[in-house]
Amino acid sequence: MAKAHVTTTVNGDAVEFLCDAEQTLLDVLRDELYLTGSKEGCASGDCGACSVIADGRLVCACLMLGVEAEGLAIETIEGMADGDQLHPLQTKFLEHAALQCGVCTPGFLVAAKSLLERNPDPTEIEVRYWLAGNLCRCTGYDKIVRAVLDTAEEMRGG
Amino acid sequence: MARVVFIGNFRQLAGGDAEAEIAASNVRDLLRRLGERYPALAPHLDEGIALAIDGEIHQDALFSPVRPDSEVCLMPKIAGG
Amino acid sequence: MAANSHGKTNGSTRWVGTRPVRPDGVDKVTGRARFGADVHLPNMLVGKVLRSPHAHARIHSIDTSAALALPGVKTVVTRDDFNDLPSEFVPAGEMLINYRDVVRNVMAREKALFEGHPVAAVAAVSEKVAREALARIKVDYEVLPHVLDVVEAMAPEAPLLHEDLITAGVEPAPTTPSNVAKVVEFKLGDVEAGFAEADIVIEREFSTQPVHQGYIEPHACIANYSEDGQAELWCTTQGHFVVRGHCAKLLGMDVSKLRVTASEIGGGFGGKTVVYLEPVALMLSRKSGQPVKMTMSREEVFQASGPAAGTRVWAKVGMTNAGRITAGEAVLKYQAGAFQGSPVQPGCMCAFAPYDLAHVKVVGYDVVVNRPKVAAYRAPGAPQSEFAVESIIDELAKRIGMDPVELRLKNAAKEGTKAAYGPTFGPVGLVETLEEAKAHDHYRTPLKPGQGRGVASGFWFNIGGETCATLNLGEDGTIALVAGTPDIGGSRASLCLQAAETLGVDVERIRPLIGDTSTLGYTFLTGGSRTAFASGMAVIEAARDMIRQLCERAAKIWDIPVDAVEWIDGEARPAGSNAGEFEPLSLADLARLAGKSGGPFVGRAQINAQGAGPSFGTHIVDVDVDRETGRVTIERYTVIQDAGKAVHPSYVEGQLQGGAVQGIGWALNEEYIYDDKGRLQNPGFLDYRIPVCSDVPMIDTVIVEVPNPTHPYGVRGVGETPIVPPMAAIANAVEGALGLRFTDLPMSPPRVLKALGDARVPKAA
Repeated sequence: MAKAHVTTTVNGDAVEFLCDAEQTLLDVLRDELYLTGSKEGCASGDCGACSVIADGRLVCACLMLGVEAEGLAIETIEGMADGDQLHPLQTKFLEHAALQCGVCTPGFLVAAKSLLERNPDPTEIEVRYWLAGNLCRCTGYDKIVRAVLDTAEEMRGG
Repeated sequence: MARVVFIGNFRQLAGGDAEAEIAASNVRDLLRRLGERYPALAPHLDEGIALAIDGEIHQDALFSPVRPDSEVCLMPKIAGG
Repeated sequence: MAANSHGKTNGSTRWVGTRPVRPDGVDKVTGRARFGADVHLPNMLVGKVLRSPHAHARIHSIDTSAALALPGVKTVVTRDDFNDLPSEFVPAGEMLINYRDVVRNVMAREKALFEGHPVAAVAAVSEKVAREALARIKVDYEVLPHVLDVVEAMAPEAPLLHEDLITAGVEPAPTTPSNVAKVVEFKLGDVEAGFAEADIVIEREFSTQPVHQGYIEPHACIANYSEDGQAELWCTTQGHFVVRGHCAKLLGMDVSKLRVTASEIGGGFGGKTVVYLEPVALMLSRKSGQPVKMTMSREEVFQASGPAAGTRVWAKVGMTNAGRITAGEAVLKYQAGAFQGSPVQPGCMCAFAPYDLAHVKVVGYDVVVNRPKVAAYRAPGAPQSEFAVESIIDELAKRIGMDPVELRLKNAAKEGTKAAYGPTFGPVGLVETLEEAKAHDHYRTPLKPGQGRGVASGFWFNIGGETCATLNLGEDGTIALVAGTPDIGGSRASLCLQAAETLGVDVERIRPLIGDTSTLGYTFLTGGSRTAFASGMAVIEAARDMIRQLCERAAKIWDIPVDAVEWIDGEARPAGSNAGEFEPLSLADLARLAGKSGGPFVGRAQINAQGAGPSFGTHIVDVDVDRETGRVTIERYTVIQDAGKAVHPSYVEGQLQGGAVQGIGWALNEEYIYDDKGRLQNPGFLDYRIPVCSDVPMIDTVIVEVPNPTHPYGVRGVGETPIVPPMAAIANAVEGALGLRFTDLPMSPPRVLKALGDARVPKAA
């Protein structure tokens, strides 16, 4: 079967790619566009390591087909910093040591950014439930939650 | 003479002895003499052992010093995750 | 010499104990860091593994012709491609290893011994073609009866995994094979006499389920074997030197012809200390003449990489009415998986380690079953045996109405205590963690109605081992630090801090790198909580080596004797009668003058670090149990642990928090569920449920610092001990909440509901 031709936007740039019908968006990002910041931890939507934002919605890239990206605006971890300026979440994750191995970190950052865009003043419980779809096996989540709450406060101008 | 304590299955290999007095200045001497005294133990002394010399664990350390009044525990090597 | 004046534990430190942003941090928050699966090579093929659908089956034949005929398939590998290796226990970095088993675990030979056991592998132009090729391989299996349970596997009539396995450690040696690979026994004093002194004796039987390390990054590698017999391997591993050794052995290569680079590693916890895909990828690359990339799916990770051993533990503890423990005894039966080598030995040694006991006897059985071969998981073997003992200790405390922390304090091992596993402890911090627990706000805060509080202590040895490090001084006075232990949780930060402290320079001037196997001498893996300790020692040695060179050079430049030069605050200063005679020469000055004055500065160290400091911890947990659903909620959790010295306290806290939460998963939810054919029913994160963010509260930490005298700054390992206490602490808390003692893990909602139901049913008279 011929590959599908897909036109989309990734981190603000117009992108075209060819993909097989069964290739997921995650496969396309990693294997066709070499954007390997999104990780495959499970390929079943359980770990959140491949979290991306598609037209404003937080999704697991492993649960979307590449062809479904047609016409959408996709945001990945690679687009999170603004030039050489880290996003406040990225800075706070570093300050709070909210990562150990770091493989889940891109997914957490993308998911947390999506949370703060919707809710600039989340409670600890809200942070914990919003991030419940992102698995971290190293940190026990403590420092991640603190980093997100601290970022929210800073971004509110607290 | 250093007092050697056999831990775990090393006791079985030492003919049931719980302890032995061995004159040695370092681990290599100590292992050599142990092997001479306990032939059944000898093949096990090359690999897979750890020594606690006065409480401090030494693994693969032939030239670690052993003092005349040292307590040396012969035990299985320890790894970890 | 002057350099020796640096790095003493007494006195304040400038860098050790601070919390700078980790040097690899930005790469990890921007998606730039390259993990195992993040590399692509030109002309690369995709490798996939065909796995046994049966838990136990004889393999009569493997027909790969249809797979090879498929366009795009470049090569197929089976058992025929690997030379068999004789049964011989040889040193291979981590404990003893039997390459006869390793070669069979990597690719099944006579039999498939667990569901997921590799049977063949293909390399093809795409994943799609590779999958189709796997479906075309015909394997003629003769399905055999299987056994999963450790006790059933020990029965005389049990199906035999290995027809030639004779139990070791038994005199006289048995004449018939069994699934019991080894019996180990640890004895101290006279356990019968000890129990005779007791007023109260409690014995219980416990069980724990196999649990997976659950690293978020699946195993992945790329092998690139060239026609001249040399190869490069990129992989996610805790120890690339160990991978090199195993792969070279399995492929019949010189180690110098195999260069292994450790990628960034997405979690390991002990599970990435062995080889699975790597030798297969190398073989596929050798046969195809192209680079081959292999990754495991999450399902494959669960089916075929090593969990922690499931266990059956019987334990018995005796105590006087005054709260003095008189004797401890235990029998440990540990699942090894398909090949021998469970961590039952350390399990035996750790079981009673927190206590000052005169009489101990522990017997352990290493038992093969039709499950994936177990791998190390954080303090391998200890959580299972200490769960049993710490549960009984709690019950004993309740029996005499003594506070459980008080009871532990009364019996705690301390400096000079003859450890239950033999040696005499040097300075250790158990008493300090218990005192901190007693004084902690958590322990003094009253519980809400219906809640329960539990405490438990835990122990792990920690290790040292072979370790190299290099410091390369750049021409501008900045430094490249090269270490050989993959950084799994922030260790590059801690190594830089130790180097900065020793050299007396700003930590920002040191950039770390994990060197590949050709750039550094043999370095044992990241494991055994050894990295901050042993690589730390190596880095300190390398820094001292560089300081010696710098002082010698300054002496030459000033034309004064070398012993008249001292290294203070990152610069060479004339000392003694020459003091003040010359302007000090900073690191940057000397770097600039290096070329003209004798050449570059490279500090090196190659050591076998001895004298790792054992580590103790005490955990406090409050739980609430939903009587309707059986769900146990962790309301509050505090970890107190002796770190010796916390080099980067944030990452020490992170180890304590992460270990505790892994323990919470082990205690409450995680288990492997098999069907009656021995097939894993929950090989995914949806059904194998590790704790998620909303399952846990903040994890409070208290770092106790009882310095390890063998390390210049007092460092002990910290990574493993935190997973030891949670299971007992939580079981003790649940007992407090419900009045029901759980001896079988996990305390999942169905089990808790069942126990609540059983408790409600009036017992027959």
